[in-house]
Amino acid sequence: MSKYTLYKNARLLDPASGLDQKGNLLTKNKRIAALGDDIEVPEDANIVDLKGKCLCPGLIDMRVFVGIPGADYKDTIMNTGEAAAAGGVTTVCVQPNTDPIIDGIAHIEFLATRAKNALVNFVPMPAATKQMEGKEMTEIGLMVGAGYKVFGDCSTTIDNAAIMNRILKYASAFNATIVQHLAEPSLSKNGCMNAGDLATRLGLPGIPTAAETIVLERDMRLLKSSNCRYHASQVTCQDSIDVIRSAKDKDLNVTAGVAVPHLALNEFAIEDYRTFMKLSPPLRSEEDRGAVVDALKDGTIDVIVSGHDPEDPESKRVPFEQAEPGVVGLETLLNVSLELYHNGSMDLLEVLAKLTSNPAKIMGLKSGKLKKGAPADLCIFDLKSPYQIDAEKMVSVTKNTCFDGKPVQGRVLQTIVAGESVYTYDG
Amino acid sequence: MSPATASFSHDHLLGIEGLKEAEISLILDLADEYVEQNRQTNKKKDLLEGLTQINLFFENSTRTRMSFELAGKRLGADVINMSTSTSSIKKGETLIDTASTLNAMRPDLLVVRHGSSGAVNLLSQKVDCAVLNAGDGKHEHPTQALLDALTIRRRKGRLARLTVAICGDVLHSRVARSNIHLLNIMGARVRLIGPPTLIPAGAERLGAEVYYNMEEGLKDCDIVMMLRLQTERMHGGYFPTVSEYFSLYGLDYEKLENAKEDALIMHPGPMNRGVEIDAAVADDLTRSAIQEQVEMGVAVRMACLDLLTREKRGGAK
Repeated sequence: MSKYTLYKNARLLDPASGLDQKGNLLTKNKRIAALGDDIEVPEDANIVDLKGKCLCPGLIDMRVFVGIPGADYKDTIMNTGEAAAAGGVTTVCVQPNTDPIIDGIAHIEFLATRAKNALVNFVPMPAATKQMEGKEMTEIGLMVGAGYKVFGDCSTTIDNAAIMNRILKYASAFNATIVQHLAEPSLSKNGCMNAGDLATRLGLPGIPTAAETIVLERDMRLLKSSNCRYHASQVTCQDSIDVIRSAKDKDLNVTAGVAVPHLALNEFAIEDYRTFMKLSPPLRSEEDRGAVVDALKDGTIDVIVSGHDPEDPESKRVPFEQAEPGVVGLETLLNVSLELYHNGSMDLLEVLAKLTSNPAKIMGLKSGKLKKGAPADLCIFDLKSPYQIDAEKMVSVTKNTCFDGKPVQGRVLQTIVAGESVYTYDG
Repeated sequence: MSPATASFSHDHLLGIEGLKEAEISLILDLADEYVEQNRQTNKKKDLLEGLTQINLFFENSTRTRMSFELAGKRLGADVINMSTSTSSIKKGETLIDTASTLNAMRPDLLVVRHGSSGAVNLLSQKVDCAVLNAGDGKHEHPTQALLDALTIRRRKGRLARLTVAICGDVLHSRVARSNIHLLNIMGARVRLIGPPTLIPAGAERLGAEVYYNMEEGLKDCDIVMMLRLQTERMHGGYFPTVSEYFSLYGLDYEKLENAKEDALIMHPGPMNRGVEIDAAVADDLTRSAIQEQVEMGVAVRMACLDLLTREKRGGAK
């Protein structure tokens, strides 16, 4: 017997089609069955009245870390799923630096088994090189055959130009996308924050923006011969944005992402050595932050990610230089991104596109849109309600957020994955 | 208010940044009094009697640790030294654990040196007593800047409007950072001299003029502060050879000609003779204040220990 649910009186928001109107949406089992004003509703349909609240495709987060180091793998996946659901995220792209590293079909299947009971979809991004060592490429062809489209070494830069060149050429035959982490190791390895006068004042070794841009410029040069699909995982500065903009003008197959903290914060958030503000790449200057926002607006940057990276307190309660980089972010992906709408920088659909349809396109997913036949992965949120982010109230077991206490507007009310409700806000 | 009774509004001394001109003057005024005490035959006071001072050094040090030890003992505190070899403190957990362990022993003063910038700030958040930063990474070394200031003030009568050149390895130097802050607060003009690879990014914005040519940078300076070349903190070449470095940035009489005739030469020690400073210049008693700096160090540290425990002791005795 089919199961129907009608979400009525919704503000339907679908960035893929540009839809923003009042209406209803009907799901049948795991898929969207119909949407619009005038749809035929089966008698046995479960009816949910949204009273004008927003209904958009579930968010797709292209950069999520799970289960390392040492934490119980399964539980971490379960908790990551819960945190994702609480953030309106219905698909997380799992970074390959798990233990074991996801660099082949066997490990993809291992993750799939582990994530079977998770609340949201876990889609791995397999490594582009074996053991993420940057030496030998992984079985990209076989993995594309198994349905995976994006490959990358997450927090490690593929720094050998010859190997990167071969990977790009090889992957282009399969329409795969190579995701690059932008940090030239010789310039970034000892650094722990943005290079500049603040780093000088704090006595901390800096990472210049050039470390990011050099890798990007080199890769664009390599792309000219292969024109493989290429995704710059996180760009954080004006110079990198200029490179991406010019590559897009030349019709190279380039897309780019940015993590929420780089949109909302600058290096001054570090203040007195706050390790929760330590990120890779590091928080940049206010000028660079502004440039990143502009690049999102004009489409140079395609995707917003959370960069969700749970770090246990012991990795953060140490001197800044020794602290692990990374913050949890699944539960602050939507509400902090919505700042761009509330402060007038971007239209609502433009913001949502960076969180739904654009990442879906890059990852080759069927979700990320409100369309008949698409997976019923949905996010219902209240655009207006103001509140303060409270780390203690987060579902995530680790609380290393860089947004504790931040006032935001926009709250996830319900998250639906494959037609089933996986999260409901209960006040 | 006299320095002997004034109150000090900080719980810790973590850095020069954030101190006010009057507070620095207060420390220096009080230190002046301790210089006199230290020149007596009986150097001891019972001001800190019953208080416990722990010197916690995660990095090797002889002169700073001894200076703090003497300062505490001359004020009558019970002083304990704890040295931790750098190898056993690779993980920061140990730092927090050590802090809680020591805190449970109820010390009144913790003097801390650590190889990581910000580590002393972190530790100060985990203990209930006053913490003095004896040097953290490349961040600050406040008592060194204070003793330098005391030395300068006693020789020149003031700090304001003096031109001070800080020369050499500024990049790796916490002494330089503390001095830049202090000299700016006190109204002196600061110049940084060194090869571009040893001048940190954005140094001008800390309030200093940058010179890559030593002769130009030394022109008409009142004070020439040399820094030790910290080869132990360098990964990879920052300059081609020591002999090139000495020839371009080592202080000798020829380069010193450019500074004012009565310019004072300072060095936080330990010196690398023939690397950043010519031996003859270093030993020139008429020009060099290097030994005096060491003497001032004890007095300045006594002043800091005194001020930071005043509230606890119920005002000054």
